[in-house]
Amino acid sequence: MLESFLYFVQQILNGLTIGSTYALIAIGYTMVYGIIGMINFAHGEVYMIGTYVSFVVIAGLTMLGIEYIPLILAAALFIAVIVSSSFGWAIERTAYRPLRGANRLIPLISAIGMSIFLQNYVVLAQGARDVAIPPIISGGWTFGGEGFQASLSYMQLIIFVTTFLCMTALTLFISKSRLGRACRAVAEDIKMANLLGINTNRVISATFVIGAALAAVAGLLLGLYYGVANPHIGFIAGLKAFTAAVLGGIGSIPGAMLGGIILGLTESLTAAYISSEWKDAVSFSLLVLILLFKPTGLLGKQEVEKV
Amino acid sequence: MSTHSKFLKLGAATLLAGAASFATADNIKIALAGPVTGAVAQYGDMQMIGAKMAIEKINEAGGVNGNILEGVVYDDACDPKQAVAVANKVVNDGISFVVGHLCSSSTQPASDVYEDEGVLMVTAASTSPEITTRGHQMVFRTIGLDSHQGPVAGNYVAEKIKPMNVAVIHDKQQYGEGIATSVKGTLEDKGINVVMFEGITSGDKDFSSLIAKLQKAKVDFVYYGGYHPELGLILRQSAEKGFKAQFMGPEGVGNNDINAIAGEAAEGLLVTLPPSFDKNPDNAALVKAFQDKEQDPSGAFVLTSYSAVQVMADAMAKTGGTNTDAIQKAMREMTFNTPTGEIAFDAKGDLTQFDFVVYQWHSDGSKTEVE
Repeated sequence: MLESFLYFVQQILNGLTIGSTYALIAIGYTMVYGIIGMINFAHGEVYMIGTYVSFVVIAGLTMLGIEYIPLILAAALFIAVIVSSSFGWAIERTAYRPLRGANRLIPLISAIGMSIFLQNYVVLAQGARDVAIPPIISGGWTFGGEGFQASLSYMQLIIFVTTFLCMTALTLFISKSRLGRACRAVAEDIKMANLLGINTNRVISATFVIGAALAAVAGLLLGLYYGVANPHIGFIAGLKAFTAAVLGGIGSIPGAMLGGIILGLTESLTAAYISSEWKDAVSFSLLVLILLFKPTGLLGKQEVEKV
Repeated sequence: MSTHSKFLKLGAATLLAGAASFATADNIKIALAGPVTGAVAQYGDMQMIGAKMAIEKINEAGGVNGNILEGVVYDDACDPKQAVAVANKVVNDGISFVVGHLCSSSTQPASDVYEDEGVLMVTAASTSPEITTRGHQMVFRTIGLDSHQGPVAGNYVAEKIKPMNVAVIHDKQQYGEGIATSVKGTLEDKGINVVMFEGITSGDKDFSSLIAKLQKAKVDFVYYGGYHPELGLILRQSAEKGFKAQFMGPEGVGNNDINAIAGEAAEGLLVTLPPSFDKNPDNAALVKAFQDKEQDPSGAFVLTSYSAVQVMADAMAKTGGTNTDAIQKAMREMTFNTPTGEIAFDAKGDLTQFDFVVYQWHSDGSKTEVE
């Protein structure tokens, strides 16, 4: 009895870990959709670049003989966020802004093109092989004795705490700050916001930068958690995060958080009680079911046709 | 201005055409098809260096029937779709000999193209039994089959390790699932308790749920059918979670990249591999030739690829031409003396004999034979 309970707890922890990172990446999809109504398919690649940059920084500092782990991590986080945000900004500037006002399908194709370009750029710059870093943060707590031991690693805890902090900061930013207010105004009606003197281009750039920064945080966290990266990790991570965003209601920030957690838990519990091979099938069936009964996603708002 | 540039272009075109025809004169081209990029490019490297060395050695000895061999590399990235595109390109480029492909799931669709177009294909690495069960005449391999490798692994586990609860995990791909099924069958025949048989998704990164499940089922031995990127992560995450079991895998997990991914956790992993042909004293000169180029001849597919080139070259010499139909007939009758031993092909195009050996893998990338 206790054993089954501990097993359940363990799988919930595993699901929350992976779900938190889905949520971090999903924010980028949902914010961009909320504001300009397009899907930024290159977002997964920004996450991948975040992982690579943090690996380079970690490897570089370790080679320089710096062993103080908090310093290494802070530097990796800082540089990964800066570089990924610049990519986010540059992607919007080069691939989407010139197409603003064009048919909706066109920026979508441009986004897919950007995604393929970035993948291949990293393949050429870093090689197509898996790159790996040794475990930096190891250890954790175990509880339960006889039979099955549930465990929570320090790394998992760091993932929960960081995700929670990022989400809180983002929520405060959107609800309290001047730029956050501008974001909400642009999301509601971009033309009206423009007429009222909001620099909409700046707001849109800010959206891309914030999304990319959160993706970089996820990149660093997952990079540390798995220790491995290759130029193609962005595709699957992006797909999962996009699913999370749609599940929660695309355009809604709390929705992306909820969607990420639900997706993570579904995957983990399916692998635990059915089979790992059914993981994706069950998560995507859930997505279809939710969209059938609630086409806007869990927390999505009914879209009003803008005139 | 415009006529001037036209002349320039014309001149350049003639130059290029001249260079191209010069390069192809009297050369017999052999396509080397396998993953140059992608997650399993490490194996592609093994195949390329082995085949290129064979081509070089044969050319040093005067080539085949007075012609020089030329290797042309094609990248299929271990992707079945790209493999078919590569096969079509090989045919388009007028090449009639192929060493490759590497991944079974790539070799199988590509081999259909080669069979239809009369291109002779020898794979040095694809071990899926199905590849040679479809009555193709142009398809050969210089490596053993999963149906041989599985029982070697299964028998070793049943006789030497005698685990209590075994889990067999695979990556749902042709190679991984095939060999996992074969191992499971052997273990069950020997009365070993297989408590779990489960697929994972290739390319997945998170195995924490799977590992918790293994822990709960009190598994003490895990066989993994698939390639190193996933097993590397499973080993690494198992070590972090404190899950201690003996792991084992086929030759698809046995290369140095698994050490980069799993680090210390790769220590003690059991792997079935082709025998270490590079340790055979008969191959000392050849091993030295690899080392002089700073290449590693100990990779599982290096010398099987060498043999793949050699059998084609020997059969070309025997038939005195490049007619692939005559060559495939000759290959089925001849016996070849290669770095992988004296080999012959059966009617299906498989080797008449090929042994797999169980090795223990070490975290520094070396391996020791067990038994």
